[in-house]
Amino acid sequence: MALSSTARLPAAEPAKRPARPGRRLAPYGFLAPFFVLFAAFGLFPLLYTAWVSLHRVELQTSDRMDWLGLQNYTRLLDDPFFWNALRNTFTIGVLSTVPQLLMALGLAHLLNHRLRGRAFYRVAMLMPYATSVAAATLVFAQLFGRDYGLINWVLSSTGLHPVDWQAGTWASQLGVSTIVTWRWTGYNALIYLAGMQSIPGELYESAAVDGASRWQQFRHVTVPGLRPTIVFTVIVSTIGATQLFGEPLLYEGNSGGGISHQYQTLGLYLYEQGWTFFHLGRAAAVAWVMFLLIVLLALLNAAIAARRNRTDR
Amino acid sequence: MATPRVRRSTAALGSTVLATALLLSACSSGGTGSADSAGGKVTLTVDLFGTFGFKEAGLYDEYAKLHPNITIKQTDTQDEGQYWQALQTKLAGGGGLADIQGLEVGRVAGVVQKQADKFTDLKTLGLGDVNDGLVEWKGAAIRTADGKVLGAGTDIGPEAICYRTDLFKAAGLPTDRTELAAKWSSWQGYLDLGKQYAAKAEAGNAWTDSAAGMFTAEVGQQKVRYADESGKPVYDSSPAVKTAWADATALVADGLSAKLAQWTPEWNKAFSTGRFATLSCPAWMIGYIKGQAGDAGAGKWDIAPGPGRTGNWGGSYLTVPRTAKHPKEAAELIKWLTAKEQQATLFTKQGSFPSSTGAQDAIKDATDAYFNNAPIGRIFSESAKAMPAQVLGTDDGVIGKAFTDALGEVERTGTAPDTAWKHALDNVKKANGN
Repeated sequence: MALSSTARLPAAEPAKRPARPGRRLAPYGFLAPFFVLFAAFGLFPLLYTAWVSLHRVELQTSDRMDWLGLQNYTRLLDDPFFWNALRNTFTIGVLSTVPQLLMALGLAHLLNHRLRGRAFYRVAMLMPYATSVAAATLVFAQLFGRDYGLINWVLSSTGLHPVDWQAGTWASQLGVSTIVTWRWTGYNALIYLAGMQSIPGELYESAAVDGASRWQQFRHVTVPGLRPTIVFTVIVSTIGATQLFGEPLLYEGNSGGGISHQYQTLGLYLYEQGWTFFHLGRAAAVAWVMFLLIVLLALLNAAIAARRNRTDR
Repeated sequence: MATPRVRRSTAALGSTVLATALLLSACSSGGTGSADSAGGKVTLTVDLFGTFGFKEAGLYDEYAKLHPNITIKQTDTQDEGQYWQALQTKLAGGGGLADIQGLEVGRVAGVVQKQADKFTDLKTLGLGDVNDGLVEWKGAAIRTADGKVLGAGTDIGPEAICYRTDLFKAAGLPTDRTELAAKWSSWQGYLDLGKQYAAKAEAGNAWTDSAAGMFTAEVGQQKVRYADESGKPVYDSSPAVKTAWADATALVADGLSAKLAQWTPEWNKAFSTGRFATLSCPAWMIGYIKGQAGDAGAGKWDIAPGPGRTGNWGGSYLTVPRTAKHPKEAAELIKWLTAKEQQATLFTKQGSFPSSTGAQDAIKDATDAYFNNAPIGRIFSESAKAMPAQVLGTDDGVIGKAFTDALGEVERTGTAPDTAWKHALDNVKKANGN
């Protein structure tokens, strides 16, 4: 930007000194590493995956590719396990994202007030985010153990029935969602907090003068002021939920997503096809369907946000 | 003023491009072989699953004493399913493979039919047929149609029943091996005795660990299980599968299962807490029980001949992948490890039952103090003698898992057996498909 604007100046001295090629190319040179890496590790895999998804490719004989056309895709749409995985991805997504964002909003609201040891709370909230998925999931899997888990121990000592957190459909989805919620709530709370701190204090003062209660201030000042931040977190969480993989994989340590596939997400379904059953072509087709799904969801999110903005104005 | 700036940016451009190029070339040149054979020293890598027990039985140390120039490095993965995934990925990529790779019997047919070119034919290394002294079917299973020998047989898995004498006593059952063996000479007898046990046992102490364990043991008693001699899949109609399925679901209906999933941390823990009184026990399970129940379990366990008196569950092979760095030395180690003396040592120390007929003769009278001095040599030898030459299909591993998962549904989510049966067939189709 700066370079081009100086170049356009109808400068006094050696009037139209043409920019030397090095000068014009330098910015591209600085950008090049990113684009080279992106082409090698982003664009090429994406396109090659599309190419693979049109073939029958098996890991055991991966040098052989038989043209199938769209058969991998039609087969996918006929597969009840695919729809099961899509449904699970959706329900686990809702179970984890909605409470996660609501709690994050509440926590951020609390942290936005003067509080003793505020810095400590802020750091503490980021700790789960800094924990590796594997470590967190293994600990939670122990807590949710059926026979020797802490949660069932508490349940049965308070006279309630212990729950099979692995085999039950809702129980296991709740278990997986808990891990996701635990990991990401603090992260989102900090983002909300940053958003809240950019809302001018006068708005609250004048709201208070008008007699607005704390709750009313939250609803009518904080939430509207946070809208762009909320849209951002919703989009990012939606993408994250669509790609959910590590937590359900390690929950019981297999790619099936439970004995009835009751918490097998799309990510796990892809992994199972590719690396348990070794059907790389089919896995590639799943990858592309997931990619399109995410693009679609992001567009949908953006469209809703844009419409709300318009109707507000 | 302009000139130095231009120069600087051109230089920056140049160095950025250079840095990128270096980065990329650094990526592409990684991971080629290391020269460790300098001075006659050879490091052999061995990659295994579960517990083969070579290291535990001191065989590596002994080999290193006989061959001072050889160092052996072993890595292992507990779960065979995960090991198999990693092995396939490495075979496809052609890198990261050890000099020696273990192979489970359920995977052998697939390897022999589809991946023979990825492994070294051990006959080409001048060691003769390494499987010469083994029971016939063990060697035949790893031989290709054109006679290549892709691996050497280690152990086989003759079956018996392991049981907890303390829990039996508490429930008023006999603890004598012969008496019990007579009572559970059939699977029906096993279920009947289980009902007797359940009537008196404390709540929470189930008769057996899982329906899956019983199913696998029972299916393993038949010659034809998941595929017939021509390789045609018969898993949905073979009498072996149907009978075992009916018995295993009856076990669940009678409330005799602890509903544990095998090879999970909960299952492992249950060995020491006494959640179950009996366990379908292939010979290699002896080592597993000792590992999980620990010293505290010594004397509490015993072994008796099981229903049907025979069966095979598991057993393994050692192979040398094509990409092995030291195929010759690796093959020599394999030959030594699977020779009859070492197979016999492995049984007395670890419980892995020899596939070598010579070793089988040698261990006939072995007993195990941990299991109340049970005559494990005699019990497993008799089971092995009656063992059918199992027909191995290319997808046995996947099919077995589909059925045991479905049984898990029956015990843990209360799915009707007929529905679960359908799920099992769907799952096999999902894995193979088209």
